[in-house]
Amino acid sequence: MFGYVPLGMAFGILFQDLGYSWYYATLMGVFVFAGAAQFMAIGLLAAQAGLLEVLISTLALNSRHIFFGLSLLGRYRGSGLQMFYLVFGLTDETYSLITTTPAPDPARQRDYYLAITALNQSYWVAGCTLGALLGSVTRFDTQGMDFALTALFLVLLIEQWRKVGEPLPFLLAAACGLFSLHFFAQQMLLVAITLSVTLLLVSYRRRQPTSA
Amino acid sequence: MNGNAHLLLVMATMALATFATRATPFLLLGRRADHPLLAFLGRYTPPAIMTILVIYSFGSVEFASPPHGAPELLASLLTLIAHLLWRQALVSIFAGTAFYMYALQSGLF
Repeated sequence: MFGYVPLGMAFGILFQDLGYSWYYATLMGVFVFAGAAQFMAIGLLAAQAGLLEVLISTLALNSRHIFFGLSLLGRYRGSGLQMFYLVFGLTDETYSLITTTPAPDPARQRDYYLAITALNQSYWVAGCTLGALLGSVTRFDTQGMDFALTALFLVLLIEQWRKVGEPLPFLLAAACGLFSLHFFAQQMLLVAITLSVTLLLVSYRRRQPTSA
Repeated sequence: MNGNAHLLLVMATMALATFATRATPFLLLGRRADHPLLAFLGRYTPPAIMTILVIYSFGSVEFASPPHGAPELLASLLTLIAHLLWRQALVSIFAGTAFYMYALQSGLF
């Protein structure tokens, strides 16, 4: 959970490097609240990417959140403002905390999830703001700091490997990824994800030949 | 276009897209949560997406010309080893990133 402060700071510093005022980093932490996507936005903003590219890239990158939600359908029930906030704040970090630590008081599960989400976001917003402020008062060489995003993906990949322990989805996705990178460099994420989900669906049909 | 206006539009787009991905299952699938297909996708899609994201982040590396992606590969290896040893996401990310920044800025390659 505290990990959000240094990661947020790295984002804030890189973001400030683009020449925007520090409070935009705060705003982004408050309204977008997506670690990997915010890091990716730095690259997109630097390249003056159009809104359609921003939209497609964010959807592709965050499509993994759809599957977080799927496994929480049983726990996140109901509606209203509280539910809205829980869904809004369903980041990688929030998801992994909620699925690995049980609520201390089962009768107040909703409050526990809300507290985790709100604390996570506070740390993230504080980190983004601190980093942007730090970047605006001191000048230092940030070259190479963008590797933090690659490293984050690697860590999440290792965690997935530990959890799933079957080579199929990794090999299938690696093939789709390399293929898409070669032939569809610009829309690589979208093509690769669509292709691999399609292939996964095909393999699901094969496993269950009797089901319609 | 004005830089700040463009930034605000980018942020609004990202906020909507991010919320859309997080809300989709709750809006569409509330009553079909136990379908085996969903369990299958829930298990196998995240590893596939993470694999693709790692390949995506290597997309701009020039392997054909010197230093043939050596800084990226070594920094990744360091991240991997750190994570296998300590399993502290932050330590792993910090180790890889610090090495990569040093490698680029010191002209090691």
